[in-house]
Amino acid sequence: MNGDVGAAGLATSLALVAVAVSISLWQRLGLERQIVWAATRALVQLLLVGAALALIIDPARPLVWSWLWVIAMIGYAGDVARRRAPEVPGVLPLAIAAFAAAAVVALTVIFALRVLPLEGRTLVPIAGMMVGNSMTATVLVARRLVDELRDKRDEVEARLALGQPSGHAAKPYLRTALRAAITPQIETTKATGLVFIPGAMTGLILAGVSPTQAVLVQAVVMFLVLGSVATSTAVIGLGLVRRLFTADHRLVPL
Amino acid sequence: MGEPSGFIFQDVVVERGNRRALDGFSAEIPATGITAVFGPSGSGKSTLLRLCNRLEVPTKGRVLLDGVDIASFDPLRLRRRVGMVLQRPTPFPGTVRDNLRTAAPDADSDRLSRALTRAALDTSWLDRDATTLSGGEAQRVCMARTLVTEPTTLLLDEPTSSLDEAAASVLERAVRDLARAGTAVVWVSHDPAQVKRMADHIVRIERGRYAGSDLSNPPEMVGE
Repeated sequence: MNGDVGAAGLATSLALVAVAVSISLWQRLGLERQIVWAATRALVQLLLVGAALALIIDPARPLVWSWLWVIAMIGYAGDVARRRAPEVPGVLPLAIAAFAAAAVVALTVIFALRVLPLEGRTLVPIAGMMVGNSMTATVLVARRLVDELRDKRDEVEARLALGQPSGHAAKPYLRTALRAAITPQIETTKATGLVFIPGAMTGLILAGVSPTQAVLVQAVVMFLVLGSVATSTAVIGLGLVRRLFTADHRLVPL
Repeated sequence: MGEPSGFIFQDVVVERGNRRALDGFSAEIPATGITAVFGPSGSGKSTLLRLCNRLEVPTKGRVLLDGVDIASFDPLRLRRRVGMVLQRPTPFPGTVRDNLRTAAPDADSDRLSRALTRAALDTSWLDRDATTLSGGEAQRVCMARTLVTEPTTLLLDEPTSSLDEAAASVLERAVRDLARAGTAVVWVSHDPAQVKRMADHIVRIERGRYAGSDLSNPPEMVGE
């Protein structure tokens, strides 16, 4: 068996959704409708994306379509960041800049240095992993930095009052926010393979690729995620510091 | 820069949303002695103080220091010249020495020791953890930290409000010595007894406006 899932297989797997629905009914969680809606929506979205991807990453199609897909993904992720962190002023352009910076760093290493061949079928999923993981960390760092500066306003202003430039005065709080956002990624990286087998590897093994090859690809993806998370959080953190202080080194009201 | 003549506020307005923290405030703060900025809570005292080192800027009007609009100064240099101690002590993580070095990274030990002495402390404090000090001690460390930059004016925003009486009187004594040695002090207070004890000059403020240079109507203030 090569791991292909047919229509019958997919229908059977819906039994697992039925399990979730029964638990909700049994414990009166009132979540049945949401579960069914979420499962349906996920399935439709995946089918649509699958069809679009099949079109875009078709080797016969020009690579520019894959690049456009990547750009759209970055834009969409920026919008998600804006909705998840509404209290952060000007988060949309900063988040887009952060994802773009992570994309430049990650895609340069992966493709310009020929870790993988540059094709639609590699570019789109690699960029997806990078943006998806960076998004959570970016939102986290933005919210945490705003919280820190608001809660420790007295301390920040005491630093400013000593004549420290704003970039300098914000450093301890930026450091806290960056550590909080990057640490979970480090923990995940450490536990990979022992605690859980990550998605890319699962997919490859199910699709019949040898585990050794799957492991190598997974390692590349893990390092890619780590590098992207560090880059995107640093960019949004530093950008936000500029946004939260005026040019004459005052902390804006938060 | 002109001769030391202190701060002059010219028709200063500070708007926060649709509220006016200062509403056409005009007054002078001389360049010598202790000036108490006195008034009830919410009258605009802290805003007035924050204008002096540009932690805040006026919506309208001007603030002059020694005859020059402070908007034309480099804010970082201004803040080293006009030091500030906040209402609640804000020791930074680390030792007292780390705190003083934050203000002046290349200050030599003479300068550190001078700043400590002026805040009624001494060099035996340098290696203590600044975050485990009592309120009064922490506030004096914050004052020493500000004095390391050797400001010509010191702004104090109700610095004794979170301290007990003994700690407050140590701080008051230190500030009086400072003023006597030539540092101009601006001391925000809502306590008429403290103002009477400390002030060489008084700037009374009510509802964001200058209200005179005396302590009139103190009974109303007692409950503040």
